[in-house]
Amino acid sequence: MSGTLTTTQMIFGRLTWDAFPWHEPIVVATFVAVVLGGAAMVAALTYFKLWGYLWKEWFTSVDHKKIGIMYMVLGLIMFLRGFADAIMMRLQQALAFNGSEGYLNAHHYDQVFTAHGVIMIFFVAMPFITGLMNYIVPLQIGARDVSFPFLNNFSFWMTTGGAVLVMISLFLGEFAQTGWLAYPPLSGLAYSPATGVDYYIWALQVAGVGTTLSGINLIATIVKMRAPGMSLMKMPVFTWTSLCANILIVASFPILTATLVLLSLDRYAGTAFFTNDFGGNPMMYVNLIWIWGHPEVYILILPLFGVFSEVVSTFSGKRLFGYTSMVYATCCIMVLSYLVWLHHFFTMGSGASVNSFFGITTMIISIPTGAKLFNWLFTMYRGKIRFELPMMWAVAFMLTFTIGGMTGVMLAVPPADFVLHNSLFLIAHFHNVIIGGVLFGIFAAINYWWPKAFGFRLNQFWGKVSFWCWQVGFWLAFTPLYILGFMGVTRRMRVFDDPSLHIWFIIAAVGAAIIAAGIGAMLVQFAVSIWKRDELKVEGDPWDGRTLEWATSSPPPEYNFAFTPVVYDTDTWADMKRNNYQRPLSGYQAIHMPSSTGAGVILAALATLCGFSLIWYIWWLAGLSFVGMIAVAIGHTFNYKRDFYIPADVVTRTEEERTRILAAGV
Amino acid sequence: MSSATATMEPRAYHLPEEPHLHEGHSTNLGFWMYLMSDCLIFAILFATYAVLGGSYAGGPGPKDLFDLPLIALNTAMLLFSSITYGFAMLAMEKNRISATQGWLFVTLLFGGAFLFIELYEFSHLIHEGAGPQRSAFLSSFFTLVGTHGLHVTFGSIWLITLMVQVARKGLIPANKRRLMCLSMFWHFLDVIWIGVFTFVYLLGVLR
Amino acid sequence: MSDAVHSHGHHDDHHDDHSHGSFGSYMIGFGLSVILTAIPFWLVMTGVLNDPQLTGVVIMGFAAVQMVVHMIYFLHMNTRLEGGWSFMALMLTIVLVVIVLSGSLWVMYHLNNNMMPHADMSAMQQMSEMP
Repeated sequence: MSGTLTTTQMIFGRLTWDAFPWHEPIVVATFVAVVLGGAAMVAALTYFKLWGYLWKEWFTSVDHKKIGIMYMVLGLIMFLRGFADAIMMRLQQALAFNGSEGYLNAHHYDQVFTAHGVIMIFFVAMPFITGLMNYIVPLQIGARDVSFPFLNNFSFWMTTGGAVLVMISLFLGEFAQTGWLAYPPLSGLAYSPATGVDYYIWALQVAGVGTTLSGINLIATIVKMRAPGMSLMKMPVFTWTSLCANILIVASFPILTATLVLLSLDRYAGTAFFTNDFGGNPMMYVNLIWIWGHPEVYILILPLFGVFSEVVSTFSGKRLFGYTSMVYATCCIMVLSYLVWLHHFFTMGSGASVNSFFGITTMIISIPTGAKLFNWLFTMYRGKIRFELPMMWAVAFMLTFTIGGMTGVMLAVPPADFVLHNSLFLIAHFHNVIIGGVLFGIFAAINYWWPKAFGFRLNQFWGKVSFWCWQVGFWLAFTPLYILGFMGVTRRMRVFDDPSLHIWFIIAAVGAAIIAAGIGAMLVQFAVSIWKRDELKVEGDPWDGRTLEWATSSPPPEYNFAFTPVVYDTDTWADMKRNNYQRPLSGYQAIHMPSSTGAGVILAALATLCGFSLIWYIWWLAGLSFVGMIAVAIGHTFNYKRDFYIPADVVTRTEEERTRILAAGV
Repeated sequence: MSSATATMEPRAYHLPEEPHLHEGHSTNLGFWMYLMSDCLIFAILFATYAVLGGSYAGGPGPKDLFDLPLIALNTAMLLFSSITYGFAMLAMEKNRISATQGWLFVTLLFGGAFLFIELYEFSHLIHEGAGPQRSAFLSSFFTLVGTHGLHVTFGSIWLITLMVQVARKGLIPANKRRLMCLSMFWHFLDVIWIGVFTFVYLLGVLR
Repeated sequence: MSDAVHSHGHHDDHHDDHSHGSFGSYMIGFGLSVILTAIPFWLVMTGVLNDPQLTGVVIMGFAAVQMVVHMIYFLHMNTRLEGGWSFMALMLTIVLVVIVLSGSLWVMYHLNNNMMPHADMSAMQQMSEMP
C-alpha cells in the first residue's frame, strides 16, 4: 500500500466515512429501514426480557433440533434478501430499453447480480439443506443428537458469520461486482481494488469452515449413531442422500477454501497465481473453482432427492419403489459429480478431446438421475395418492426438474454449448433445476416436517396460494429467458438496445412479481398457521408417516426418544405400526445429553470480526481477533465437563404428559 | 432376525436399558475425515504447483534455488519427530506420564527444528530476490511448502496445549483421545511432506 | 454382523478397534522410511542413473511406497479400522486426489496449448512472414 500511514489509517485501515454509500438513495433508504426495524426488534426483545431466553435456549444450544430450526430461519431471512436482489434485476432489465438506463447504475447492478448468486447458493440453499439434515437425520436414525454437538453449534454460527459479512457489505463499502464465482483477473486487485471481492472471499471462507465441519459431523453421526438394527441398507432414503451430500461437502469444500486462499494471496500478498503477468494463469482458477463447483450443485440437490423420496412414498401410502436402485443411483451421482466440472467452461478452449470427455460424462450423469425419476413415478403408480401440500410440491418438482434436466443435457453437448454458453438460456436452465429441484424440495420439506418440528400443521389455503403463484410465476419468469437465450442475449446485461427483446423481459418481470406474491403467501401461511396453531394441532404422526422420526412426539422432546429404538425394516415406523407397536409406559431411565456452551458463538463472532478487519485492512484488529480465536479455542479444550444427565423423573414426567395427550386425542 | 420368526413373536422395538455410548465414540472417525478434507486442500496446492511450477517468468528456477542437503536435514528432523511421537504414544499406552511428556517434548524440539530450518530457507530465498511475488512458480512453491509449515506450527501449539493438559489432568481418557488425534495429525503431515520433498524439491532439481 | 448393531454401545467402552502399534512396528516403519527417503535423495544428488526422466519415475515410486509405509506403521491404517469407514474415506480421498491432479494437468495442458499466445507464436510469425 502507500508509504506512510496516518494514525487513522493505522487504526481504521481503509475504513472511512466515505465507505457508507451516501450517494445511493436506495441503499440509504434500506439502511434506515434496517436500523429502524433492528432497533424495534432489539427494543421488543429487551421489553419482553427475551435476551436471556434466546441466549440460553437457542444461541448456545447444542440441540440438533434447535440448531436445525436456526439454520432454517437464517435461510429464510437470506432468501428474502436474495429475492429482493432478483426483483431489482428483473425490474432493471424490464426498464432499461429505448435509451433508458433503468434505475440501477452499473456499479450497483453488478453488485446486485453477484450478491444474488452468492446469497442464494451459500446463504439460502446451504443453510436450508443443512438445517433440514440437522433436524431430521438424527431423528430418522434414532439418535439423541449429532456426534459432535458443540461443533454443530459452532458450524451454525460460522455460517451466520459469513451471512453477516455479506449483509454488512450492503452498507459499508461494496460487494463484489464479479459474478458469483469471482473469476480473476477481474477479481484480482488490479481490476477490483475496493472491498467487494474481499467481502466475497471472507464471507465464503468463514461460512465454508462451518459447512465443512457440519459435513464431517453429520457423516460421523450417520456412520456411528444409527439405532441398533439399522444397517446401511435399512437407512431411510433421506438419510442416505444426506450421507452422500455430506461426503460431497467434506470432499469438495476444502477445494473451495484452498482456491479462495490462492485468490486472497494474489490480492493480499501480491503472489502471481491468477494474474496475467509473472507466469500466473487465470484459467487455473476457473478450473479449480469448478472442481468444487460441480459437486456443490449435487450437494444442493441430493438431500432434496431424499425429501421427495420420503414425501412421495408417504403420500402414496407405499414403500418406495426401487429403494436399492435409489441408493446406488445416489452413490453413482456422488462419484460422477467429480468427473464433469469442465462442462462449465467448454468454451475456454481445451480442445475437442477434453471437451468430448467431459460432455460424455455429463450426459452419463443424467442416467442415475433419470432412474430416480422413474422410481418416484413407479412409487406413485397404483398408490393411494393424497395431494397434500408436500406431495403437490413433489409433483411440481418432477415436471419442472425434468425439463430443467433436459435443457442441461442440451448444454452438455459441447457444440451446442458454444452457442448457449453465458447466455440467458444457461440462466434459465440452472434456475429451472435449482428452483424446480432445490427450492421446491425445501418447500415440500417445510410443509412435510413443520408439524414434526412445531406440533401443528401449516395452513393449507395459503400454502396452495403460494404453490400456484410459484408455478405460474416460475414459468412466466424463466420461459422468456430460454427464448432470449436462443436469441443470443448474454447474462448480466444492464441495458438493451434491441426493442424486440423488450416484451420478453416484461413477461419475465411479471413472472417475478407473481413469485413475489407466492413468497408473500408463504409468509402469510406461516403467520396464519402460528396464529391458529390450536386448530391445526397434531399428534406425533399427522401424515401416516413411514420413517422413524414420526415415532416420537411432535415436537420431539429434547432427548428425541425415551428409549433407543430397535430397527428391523427400511420403513421402521410403518413396520412398527404394522406390528401393533405399543408405546412403553414405564421403566424410564436417566438420559445422557451434551450440555450447552457459548464457545461456538464467541469463536464465530471473533472469526467474523477477523474477516471484517481483513477486508478493511485493519491489521491490528485482524491479528488480535485471530489470536483471540486461538485462545478461546484452546480455552474451550480445558473444559472437560461437556455433558449432563436428564434425570429419570423428568423423562417420566415428559412421557406421562404425552400419554395423557394421546389418550385425550384418540 | 428373519421376518418369518419376527411375525410370530412381538418384536422388541426399543432397548429396555439405556445403551452407554462412550465419550468420544466418533472422535477418531471424525478426525480422520477432517484429515482427508485437509488432504484435499493439499491436493489443490499440489495441483497448482504442478500446473504453474514451470512458470518462472524469467526468474530463477528450482535448480538455482533448492539446497538439497538442507532439505535432507529438514526431512530428517520431521522423520525423527515422527518416531519420537510414536514413542510418546507407546508410553501413553503404558500410562507412564513422565515418559509421555518427555517424548512429546523431544517431538516438539524436532518440530521446532524443522520449522526453524524452513524459515531459514524461506528468508534465504526472499533475500536472493526469489520471494513469492517473483513468479507463479515461486508463489505456488511458497504456498504449498508454507501451508505444510503452518500445519506443523499449529501442530506444535496443539502439542504444547496437550502437554499442559496432561500435566494438569494426567492421562485420562479424554487426554489420551486428544493425543491420539494429534498423533494422526502429526503423521499425516509426514505423509504430505513425502509428497513435498519428492514432488517439489527432488523432481524440481531434476527438471 | 453389520456395523450397525455395535454402533450403539454393544462393544467395549475403551479403545475400540484402534491398534496402536508396538515398539517393534514403529522401529520397522522408521527404518523403512529412512531407507525410502535416503535412496531418492542419493539418486538425485549424485545423479547415478544418468537419466532425469527415469530418476523421476523411480523417486515417485519410492514416494508412493513410503506413503504406504507411513500409513501402515505410523497411522496404523488397516481395512478394519472404524468398521472399514476410515479405509473407505482414504480410498475416496486418493481417487479424488488423482482426479484433481491428473484432471487439472490434462485440462490445463490443453488449454495452454490451444490458448496461450506463445504456443503458436512461431506459427503466427511464419504466417506474417509469408508474403
